[in-house]
Amino acid sequence: MTKEAFILELRDRLAGISKEAIDSRIEFYSEMIDDAMEEGLSEEEAVSKVGSIDEVVEKILEETPLRNIVKEKTKNTRKPRGWEIVLLIVGFPLWFPLLLVAGILALVAYLLIWIFVLVVYIVFIACAAGSIAGIILAIINVAGGNPVAGGLYIGCAIAGAGLAILMYYASICITKLVIKVTKKSLLGVKRSFVGGKKNE
Amino acid sequence: MDAQLKRGILDVCVLAAIKNEDSYGYKIIKDVSPFLELSESTLYTILKRLEEAKMLVTRSVEHNGRLRKYYHITNNGLARIEEFKEEFKEMMTVYKFICKEDIDD
Repeated sequence: MTKEAFILELRDRLAGISKEAIDSRIEFYSEMIDDAMEEGLSEEEAVSKVGSIDEVVEKILEETPLRNIVKEKTKNTRKPRGWEIVLLIVGFPLWFPLLLVAGILALVAYLLIWIFVLVVYIVFIACAAGSIAGIILAIINVAGGNPVAGGLYIGCAIAGAGLAILMYYASICITKLVIKVTKKSLLGVKRSFVGGKKNE
Repeated sequence: MDAQLKRGILDVCVLAAIKNEDSYGYKIIKDVSPFLELSESTLYTILKRLEEAKMLVTRSVEHNGRLRKYYHITNNGLARIEEFKEEFKEMMTVYKFICKEDIDD
């Protein structure tokens, strides 16, 4: 990829972020590419040294707060026409509750994911507690002259401990997964605001 | 290295790279890279952050018919390096404590 193609594509993919922010980035990358070429690298090599377009765009989106992107988006949209404003006001009883419900549904869906994570943690605690209780009961039974019941409780304790270990790793994995998905979703939301036609 | 820890140290590394003489993006990466991985995108973010914190100022110098941005450390930036050195001394005492526990085991 040539330097010019890289810059053009970057500009297109970042359309929607403030112009100053894009210009400042592009000036920086452009200087990097020029300096690398001066060192003896080919144009192709110098461009790939900066990173792939996808990587660069992802990094920029991660670092740009969502509110800045939305602010820029609303700044760039044209002024609504008269009839559009009338429609907006007349339709308020319709679109406002719909929007509200959609927002609440999204929030509830997200909360449910975290509640699921919480449940996995609770199961882990329950297994661990059960295992400890099993050990205590086994000791009481053996001391009380009832080795058969004691053996049964020991078995329960071992099973509980095994499950607890499994659930411990499961809960850590799920938590990490949910955090990862949250970050990706946020990136997706940002991406939906940013980018030229080529990207769609 | 832990991402949070690396972030804090990278800031100081970039400041150190411009401490003795003004430098430019490509050279900063070349100077810091042997010690810590530093990508172009990351450097941009760090330079912006340091500029906003008034730890460095920039100036454009003509070079081979184009403009090249040079970064110059400010007193705030120098103070940050000194502050880091102090922090690191504290960290070293903790490090010694941690290693001592190892020997005792």
